[in-house]
Amino acid sequence: MKTVEEIKAMIEAAVPGAVVEIVPNPSPSGQHSLRLAPECALAVAKFLRDDAELRLDFLSNVTGVDWPDSLEAVYHLYSVEKKHGPVVIRMKTVNRTDQVELPSLTPIWRSAEFQEREIFDLYGIIFTGHPDLRRLLMWEGFKDHPMRRDYREPDDYEYEPTAHDDVLKRAQAHQVSATGQPIPGQEGTEDAA
Amino acid sequence: MSEMQSHSAILADKPQGWNRPAAIEPQNEGELLEVSMGPHHPSTHGVFRMDVALDGERVIRLKPVFGYLHRNHEKLAEGQSYLASMPYTDRLDYICPITNNWAYALAVEKLIGQEVPERAEYLRVILGELTRYQNHASSIGFLIQEMGASGTPLMYAFREREKILDLFEELTGARMMVNYMRFGGCRVDASPGWLDRTRKVVAGLSGFADEFDQLLKSNEILMARTQGVGVLRPELAVNAGVTGPMLRASGVNYDIRKVDGYGIYNRFNFRVPLGDHGDVYDRYMIRMLEMRESIEILNQALREIQPGPVMDPKAKIRGLRPKPGEAYGRIEAPKGELGFYLISDGGPNPYRYRVRPPSLINLTVLEDMCLGVNVADVVLIFGSVDIVLGEVDR
Repeated sequence: MKTVEEIKAMIEAAVPGAVVEIVPNPSPSGQHSLRLAPECALAVAKFLRDDAELRLDFLSNVTGVDWPDSLEAVYHLYSVEKKHGPVVIRMKTVNRTDQVELPSLTPIWRSAEFQEREIFDLYGIIFTGHPDLRRLLMWEGFKDHPMRRDYREPDDYEYEPTAHDDVLKRAQAHQVSATGQPIPGQEGTEDAA
Repeated sequence: MSEMQSHSAILADKPQGWNRPAAIEPQNEGELLEVSMGPHHPSTHGVFRMDVALDGERVIRLKPVFGYLHRNHEKLAEGQSYLASMPYTDRLDYICPITNNWAYALAVEKLIGQEVPERAEYLRVILGELTRYQNHASSIGFLIQEMGASGTPLMYAFREREKILDLFEELTGARMMVNYMRFGGCRVDASPGWLDRTRKVVAGLSGFADEFDQLLKSNEILMARTQGVGVLRPELAVNAGVTGPMLRASGVNYDIRKVDGYGIYNRFNFRVPLGDHGDVYDRYMIRMLEMRESIEILNQALREIQPGPVMDPKAKIRGLRPKPGEAYGRIEAPKGELGFYLISDGGPNPYRYRVRPPSLINLTVLEDMCLGVNVADVVLIFGSVDIVLGEVDR
């Protein structure tokens, strides 16, 4: 298996204009990664898949990460043909708010299809060029992205008729703030809220 | 970046959409019938829904709908210590909790550079292969049940599974929610009596495999319903990230036990069964053959296991704070490649905790396999993927 430095040199030789940066991993796993500029990611991905020496034909895992200043997608690549790996590539968005587009690698590796949908759903990264970018786990019409670290839970999400203590207090407070009325039949608990 | 190629030029040398499901034209006039299969349907193995469009009985479109069992396992794990997630991994693929424990322990061990004592490695292999055996047996039982053989084959499989779950219960205290592995070994040691009872159970397993095989293999209905149905091309299987028995049924030789040799798997002699056609029958057959290979591994492991510690005495279990860094660890779980990806920022909780669920990713090609078949075959093709919704939705 080639080192990340060698793979970086191969990419730069084969894909003109590719911007690749090595991200060292200090942990004992030694799985260093390559950060790709989003503009060149699709061409680099195609090179990684089709190059006769690397043949990274199997995209195993796609992960979204929420960093304080940006969102990131991490791809773990293996080769079924050459039986080596992992090669880790990653891409960062410009920020976390309005410039959250990254190129989709689903046209290169189909296994990214559901995983990129999941990241779009839970982190809010928009994968341009994805054939079917919809929410995967949350329902249609859901607004927020629950895996972001600043996600705030709604205060009534676990309201249940037999709720007690903290859950009931939160549900009562939500009901009162939303309608001005306590939950019918449970008026006695509002003083606790 | 003006010299960069355009999007369509990059993808040019494979025909556009070669790895996408091919559209089929309806043959009958009139509207398509839209059917929502699931989520409350016994053949969906839990709460899974497919939006199917039918032309007569032919499937024209099939869109899986997920999320009915979603509880954001990953978010919960990011809010608690590394150890606290271990019992929760049991609930991912609840048919195979041991392998979930194993994959998570392996990822953390990679992250902190932890060694595992030899006896613990043997116990992991023994429990992992017992898990594979009972998973494949019950998955075949479910598949046959969905074909209309109500009860009998499934109950045969469950009878064997019961013996294996009894062993799990004796060793770990629980039949399914085992919470058995730790970073650097296993929680409790196996007694000599437990090993003897395991040897006795394993000695009976191959007789059951023969019986099960004889009952099913040349059954006319099974062959008529499954041969040539739901064919998956090997190049699509690899491109779509399909792993496990499904990938090998398409003839691709990729078994992580052989490729990575994690744990001590490179000490054992076993073969990797491969399919020829990639249809439902091959997937059934591969599971049957893998059950026999599991027995081979079990026999070797139960013969070679030596007394010794099951935990590295230097391993830090509580209050674990890995140095900043990341690690991806993966194993060959019964359903495919189960991986855990962890990022540590030096704190007591993982900064990022990701599960790579084989069940979810194997469903990527469900539509490709189902287009153009009769709606009754969708149930079989889906059953042959072998999923557990606890892992799909997480």
